Amino acid sequence: MDTFNLLLQGFSTALTPMNLMFACLGVLLGTAVGVLPGIGPAMAIALLLPLTYNLEPTSALIMFAGIYYGGMYGGSTTSILLNTPGESSTVITAIEGHKMAKAGRAAQALATAAIGSFVAGTIGTALLAAFAPVVVKFAVSLGPSSYLAIMILGLLTVTAVLGASKLRGFASLGLGLAIGLVGLDPVTGQQRLVFGIPLLSDGLDIVVVAVAIFAVGEALWIAAHLRRSKTSTIPVGQPWMGKQDWKRSWKPWLRGTALGFPFGAMPAGGAEVPTFLSYSVEKKLTKHPDEFGHGAIEGVAGPEAANNASAAGTLTPLLALGLPTNATAGVMLAALMQFGIQPGPLLFQNEPILVWGLIASLFIGNTLLLLFNLPMAPLWAKLLRIPRPYLYAGILFFATLGAYAVNLQAFDLVILLVLGALGFAMRRFGLPILPLIIGLILGPRIEGQLRKAFQLSAGNISGLWNEPVAVVVYLLVALILCWPLVALAWRRFRPAKAAAREAALERDPHQIRL
Amino acid sequence: MTQHATAAGKPAARKGRSELGIAALLGAAGAVVLWDASRLVVPYSVSDPVGPKALPIIIGSLLLVTAVLLAVNVLRGGRGQAEEGEDVDLSHPADWKTVLPLAGAFVLNILLIDVAGWVISGTLLFWGSVWALGGRNYVRDGLVSVAMALLTFYGFYFGLGIKLPAGILAGIL
Repeated sequence: MDTFNLLLQGFSTALTPMNLMFACLGVLLGTAVGVLPGIGPAMAIALLLPLTYNLEPTSALIMFAGIYYGGMYGGSTTSILLNTPGESSTVITAIEGHKMAKAGRAAQALATAAIGSFVAGTIGTALLAAFAPVVVKFAVSLGPSSYLAIMILGLLTVTAVLGASKLRGFASLGLGLAIGLVGLDPVTGQQRLVFGIPLLSDGLDIVVVAVAIFAVGEALWIAAHLRRSKTSTIPVGQPWMGKQDWKRSWKPWLRGTALGFPFGAMPAGGAEVPTFLSYSVEKKLTKHPDEFGHGAIEGVAGPEAANNASAAGTLTPLLALGLPTNATAGVMLAALMQFGIQPGPLLFQNEPILVWGLIASLFIGNTLLLLFNLPMAPLWAKLLRIPRPYLYAGILFFATLGAYAVNLQAFDLVILLVLGALGFAMRRFGLPILPLIIGLILGPRIEGQLRKAFQLSAGNISGLWNEPVAVVVYLLVALILCWPLVALAWRRFRPAKAAAREAALERDPHQIRL
Repeated sequence: MTQHATAAGKPAARKGRSELGIAALLGAAGAVVLWDASRLVVPYSVSDPVGPKALPIIIGSLLLVTAVLLAVNVLRGGRGQAEEGEDVDLSHPADWKTVLPLAGAFVLNILLIDVAGWVISGTLLFWGSVWALGGRNYVRDGLVSVAMALLTFYGFYFGLGIKLPAGILAGIL
C-alpha cells in the first residue's frame, strides 16, 4: 500500500490552491488548443515553455499534463462537429462521430466521447500509478548499457515503425541528431558544429528548436495552404445520452481502455494503432452492424477511450524511464530538462513530490475536463469561428515572443526562422516531425550513456552488452531493422498470399497497417 | 523549382522533383557534420574510447546515406506525403504570396526588436502577419496588434519579471 500513500501525498500536492489553479488553466488551454485548428498540445506546451521558466516545476508540469489531456478532449469535439481531425489519433472518431452529428446525434456523440475519455483517462491514470513504480523498480537495477539499449530502441521504433516512409523518418532523425550535436562536447569540452559563432557554443536551446519546428513551421505551412472555403460546423446543444446510449457505450469504453493503455506505454505504440484496433473490434462485436459507417455510437466510444487511455500509457515510459514516445511527451521531457530535473528511473526517488503530484493532478484534471466539457461543448465549438488571420498571426507572434524571451537575443529569432523554414520543408515533403524532436532530445543522452557504459567497463567494448536486458533489447532492435527484409522474403516465397495482401492493401490501406 | 516532366510523363513524376532539394539539404548537412568532426581532436583516453568524434561520424554518415537513398527514391517516382490538417487545403499549390510577406514581417521584427523595442516591432509583426494572411480590416487589425504588443510587454514585465526591450519608447512605457 506504499503506492497508495504516495498517491495520497500527491493529492495533497495537487490540491493546493496554486496547483489546482494551474490544473484548471491547463485543461482549459488544452481543450482550447484541441478545438482550435492548426494548434495541438505539443505546440501549445512548446509555446508556453519560455513563460514557465520562473514557475515551480511541479505547477508547470501539472499545467502541461492538463494541456495534454485537454487536447484529447478538444480534439474529439472538432472531429465530431467539423469532420476534419487535427490529430491522427482522432481520425477514427471523425468517421462515426461526424456521421452521428450529421444525423442529428451530435449531442450523444460528444457525450460518449467526453464520458468515455473520462472513464479511460481515470482507469489509465490508475494503471499508470500502479505500473510506473514497478517499471522503476526494474529500471533502477539496470546499468548504462541496458539503458543505452532501451533509448536506442525508443529512437528506432519512433523512426521506423511510425510514419508512412521509413526513409524519410531516418532523414528526419539524422537532422534532429545533428541539431543535438551543436555545442560543447560534454567530456572533452571541444566545440562541435559551432562554426566560430559564440552564441552557438552553448548549443541550440531545445525550447527554441521546439517552437521553431512545431509553431513557426506549422504556421507557415498552413499559411501556404490556407483553406479559403468556409467549413461548416454542425450546431450542437447540450451533450447528453439516453439509456440506450449508455448501454451501448460502456463496454466499448472499457475495451478501448484495455487496448489504449498498453499501446501507449510501448515505445512505438502511439495513439493511432489502438484507436484503429478499437474501431475494428467494436465493428465486429456490435449488435448494430448496419449502423457502422452511418454513425454508430460504439465507433465513437471505443476509439475515444483508446485514445485517452494511450495518453496515460505514454506517461508511463516518460516518467519511469525518461523515454518520450510522442511529440507531446517529447516536449514535456524538454520541460523537465529545462527545470534541471534529470529524467530517468531515478525521477521517482529524487522528485517524489513532483511525480506523485503530477499523477494525482491527472485524476483531478480528468474530472475537471468532464465538468468543463459536458456543459460547455457549444461554447467550445464557438472557438472555431476565430478569424484565421488572427489565429495564425497569433501563433507566429507568441512563437517569436517566447523564443526571444529565453535569452533576450535577436539571434535566437534568426535560428527560429531558419528552423521554421526547415519545419515548413519537412511538412511539404513528408518528413515526419517526431523523429527530429526525439532525436534532438535523446541524441545527447544516448551519447552520454554510451560513454558512461565504456567508463564503467574501463574501455572494454563488452561493456555494451554485459547485461541480459541489453542483449534482449538489441535483438529487438535488430528485428525492427531487419523487418523489411523478412517481409520481402515472406512475399517472395508466398506469392499467392502476397497477391491477396496487395489486393487488400488497395482496397483499404488502413486495414493492413494494423 | 524545376518542373521537368520525364520523357515517359508518368503521373508520379509529373509534379517535378523539388524533393531532390531535401536530398541535397541532407547531403550538405551530412558533409558539414563530417567535416566538422574531422577537425575534432581525440585525446588518448582509456576510459573514453568513444571520444567526441564517434557520434558525429555516425550521424554525418546517416545523413549522407539517407540523402542518397532519398534521391534514388525520388528519381524512381517516390513522393513524400504533404502534411494535412484542419485548415490545410492541399488542392491548391503553395501560396507564396502569403508565405513571403509573413517571412518579411518576421525578418522585420528581428531587425527592429532591439532598436525600436518590442512594442513597435511586435505590433508590426502581428499587423503584418494578419495582413499577409488576408486580414483587410485595417483599423480593427491595427488596434488588436497594438493591444497584443502592449499587453505582452506589460504582462511579461509585471507577470514574469522579464524586461522586453522598450527601444525608442524607453521613457514612455
